[in-house]
Amino acid sequence: MDLQSLYQEIILDHYRAPHHAGLREPYEAEVHHVNPTCGDEVTLRVHVADGVVEDVSYAAEGCSISQASTSVLTDLVIGKKVDDAMEIHDSFMELMQSRGKVEPDEDVLEDGIAFAGVAKFPARIKCALLGWMAWKDATAKAVSESEVRHDS
Amino acid sequence: MTMQSTAPSGLLDTDRIRGDFPILARRLDGDRPLVYLDSANTSQKPRQVIDAMTAHYEQANSNVGRAVHQLGDAATQAYEVARVKIAAFINAPDSSEVIFTKNSTEALNLVANTLCWAQGQYSVGAGDEVVISEMEHHSNIVPWQLLTERTGASLRWFGLTDEGRLDMSHIDELINERTKVVSLVWVSNMLGTVNPLETIIRRAHEVGALVVVDASQAVPQLPVDVAALGADLIAFTGHKMVGPTGIGVLWGRTEILDALPPFLGGGSMIETVTMQGSTWAPLPAKFEAGTPPIVEAIGLAAAVDYLSAIGMDRVAQHEHAITAYALDRLREVDGLTILGPTEAVDRGGAVSFEIDGVHPHDVSQVLDSLGVAVRAGHHCAKPAHARFGVQSSTRASFYLYTTPLEIDALVEGIEQTKRFFKVRS
Repeated sequence: MDLQSLYQEIILDHYRAPHHAGLREPYEAEVHHVNPTCGDEVTLRVHVADGVVEDVSYAAEGCSISQASTSVLTDLVIGKKVDDAMEIHDSFMELMQSRGKVEPDEDVLEDGIAFAGVAKFPARIKCALLGWMAWKDATAKAVSESEVRHDS
Repeated sequence: MTMQSTAPSGLLDTDRIRGDFPILARRLDGDRPLVYLDSANTSQKPRQVIDAMTAHYEQANSNVGRAVHQLGDAATQAYEVARVKIAAFINAPDSSEVIFTKNSTEALNLVANTLCWAQGQYSVGAGDEVVISEMEHHSNIVPWQLLTERTGASLRWFGLTDEGRLDMSHIDELINERTKVVSLVWVSNMLGTVNPLETIIRRAHEVGALVVVDASQAVPQLPVDVAALGADLIAFTGHKMVGPTGIGVLWGRTEILDALPPFLGGGSMIETVTMQGSTWAPLPAKFEAGTPPIVEAIGLAAAVDYLSAIGMDRVAQHEHAITAYALDRLREVDGLTILGPTEAVDRGGAVSFEIDGVHPHDVSQVLDSLGVAVRAGHHCAKPAHARFGVQSSTRASFYLYTTPLEIDALVEGIEQTKRFFKVRS
């Protein structure tokens, strides 16, 4: 059991000083996601304007993996077009479901490549995905919200 | 591993007992010995239980209660002998009061659902009250929420003191003439608290309320005498008492079980069926629809034989001694907070704790890398965690095979966890 491959220094750094933490205005959608098996939770807001993820803010309680993963997520998607951010999401999902067999692309996932080791610990994959699932859910809501507003 | 304190007295001969549990000899990654401190989650199984189940599958496997052939007789006989043994183990006045279920959860749901449908004396409706506590496992919360939502009754609960005991100060107001059911845990799976059931049962019976006891952690650890206890219904599960998964027990007084309507309908639970309607078999079959967990019942009987041969008073003594030792050792750890009673008084063998600056998931991950198996999370007791202002905790739990050296390994692992996450102590 290789603890160092799970707890990469990058992960511990994000855990100790998470990026973009806190809940901020403005936002179009807010979601609350929990990991029912362990109780970890995140409240996450997304601000989307002109098809760009302008901000992702959050309040989370959970383990180092879930906290660090949410922090890395914000670094990766803030400022990106929604479509591009969704592609990054898909790459991260693919990495997490790979059981450690996919070589992550650092150009796409940046600090997110540190989670390659997590994919070998099935019990912890849900931790790493908590923030990402919340972001995808909130972004879909924010986008449909803005479409409704455009239509009316 | 070095022994940090003198060995506590009252321990069982764990060398001999551990020899009965094949899994305790296995090695984990890195050739580490298994330090299994998750018995409140599920206990390990001795060879005697495993062998009894294998022997049944190899020599007597058949369905019960219907086949005329020799195997059918053997299986039926073994299944009913299991019921008699389990009845004797809890001193039930009549073995037909022992209903086999899937687990404690199903036993508690059986009671809550049949009370929802009951007419007459046991019916629950608007204006009635059901009393539980803040330290219940979700399996003794959710069924009562469903019952009270469906019937219009109110759900009330005992709060907890800062020490993790039931707040008994308002008992006479809480349990009153409107109370129809009091359903309480005997030994908390999270806080370890042993609750003062006698006082509560006396008060509940004064006002004519039924008393249901979740004995999931109690039957494995304590000598249980349902006749002396005075509760009306109790639920427990096989897999926490060195038995297999897939089998639990509901014990109830005959007059109550007779008065409640059936839970699941199907084969085995009927007296006769016509297209116009059906009538029910007598106890216990009335509550055992479908093919029951036959080999699991046989395994549970072997578990009961195993525990009885050691003696439940000796098991309880061991549990007390090892828990006292663990509490002593854990209290010495800087930055560690025990949730629940910190002294081994009226306390079972589960100790939940927090480590400053390290999430329980991360604690258990590092411990696992050292071969120490504990549980991290909310232990299906979210309200009890919320009461203490925490979202989750790490829990170490002990059983008849747990040794002081394993507690020392836990404490050493916690220190290593703190170093790994660079928590200053």
